Amino acid sequence: MIEFYLDSYSKVATYQQLVQQVKQSLRLGLLEPGDRLPKVREVAESLAINPNTVLKAYRQLEIEGLVAGRVGVGTFVVRSLAGPSLASLGRLRGELVAWLSRAAAAGLEHEDVLALVETTLRATFQAGQEEVA
Amino acid sequence: MSTALETNGLGKRYGRLWALRDCSLRLPTGRIAALVGPNGAGKTTLLHLAVGLIRPDAGAVRLFGQAPGSSRGLLSQVGFVAQQTPLYPDFTPAELITMGSKLNDRWDGAWPRERLGRLGIPLNRQVGKLSGGQRAQVALALALAKRPSLLLLDEPVASLDPLARREFLQALMGGVADEGTTVLLSSHLVGDLERVCDYLILLQAGQVQVLGAVEDLLTAHKVLIGPHRPGGNRVPGVAAVVRESHTGKQSTLLVRTSGPIHDPTWKVHDVSLEELVIAYLADASAGALPGPVHIEQEVTG
Repeated sequence: MIEFYLDSYSKVATYQQLVQQVKQSLRLGLLEPGDRLPKVREVAESLAINPNTVLKAYRQLEIEGLVAGRVGVGTFVVRSLAGPSLASLGRLRGELVAWLSRAAAAGLEHEDVLALVETTLRATFQAGQEEVA
Repeated sequence: MSTALETNGLGKRYGRLWALRDCSLRLPTGRIAALVGPNGAGKTTLLHLAVGLIRPDAGAVRLFGQAPGSSRGLLSQVGFVAQQTPLYPDFTPAELITMGSKLNDRWDGAWPRERLGRLGIPLNRQVGKLSGGQRAQVALALALAKRPSLLLLDEPVASLDPLARREFLQALMGGVADEGTTVLLSSHLVGDLERVCDYLILLQAGQVQVLGAVEDLLTAHKVLIGPHRPGGNRVPGVAAVVRESHTGKQSTLLVRTSGPIHDPTWKVHDVSLEELVIAYLADASAGALPGPVHIEQEVTG
């Protein structure tokens, strides 16, 4: 079972935040087909949000074919977003943690790391696309 | 969509002063509506008219198509939590739950017991000795034990500290989720309601000033920032300027739109519910009402 949280400062609509969190959990393999999403009442209560907002998020996920509602039982995951890469996630994460501690040792702060990752990501993907083209 | 609450030309007068005047609105079922407005705008008067505590001097109010208090069946469908959540201070929550079971046709006594137990509220302590937040929780649990189809609450969180306020809203959202209860909640704290309410009724000086689904209202309103342009409200796509401020170089407009704004000189931003409410409160002559606008004098922008 996953637990939702809301970013109060985010500009992203509340229902969209819920959708994104489910998708992220699907991508990371934290949610798998057959798993039940928290009940609408539970989410509405723990986050103090309108139950209609939760319903809207679940409907959106249903339209995208990721979950299915069963009347009186709950909403269940029917499709995963985790690709074959899931198996290597653990190893990659370990390497990233090691790299982050090296970055910290080199004096990089949180925002320096983010800036470096962002620019490198953009440059690498652009180079990759040009090669393909 | 069916209607939980409807008023038509509703008015209430105290002496020569109209507390509510020519008030026409419709609240669809399943909505959680915020009733906002400054003190003295007529919020409490509207709620009291809706539950039949007072009678109108003009117009009519209907709950699920019936006049308030017209039938026993209707009474059991409506829950009301009055301002400052009045409860008999010498009674304990357990006694109030028993009392509710004797006074109501429809009553689920196990629910408030379980609910209050989970919140750690002692069932055998006199209500007068509980904290304000705990008293509010008891009042809400009693109102929800009726399993109402429509729940009206008058400033339920105004006197609570931030933690108690959040806990109250959590209990309320959880309590109405299962049966899709329609809620009308008055408040002057708009920030709290942004994630709770999906419908807005804004009263000012006894009249409805803004009415509609929050999503529609937020879609229809934008903030435009651009170069200084006095009277710059003739932008294609702008239906009305609600609020404007100008510096020597820049104009900031909060507008109600009638279509997309393509003029590249204006940077377009979304508005929050709080910004929208405050803009309308600051300008009593602006209005945003659905359909045939029911206002005596013409709106001037």
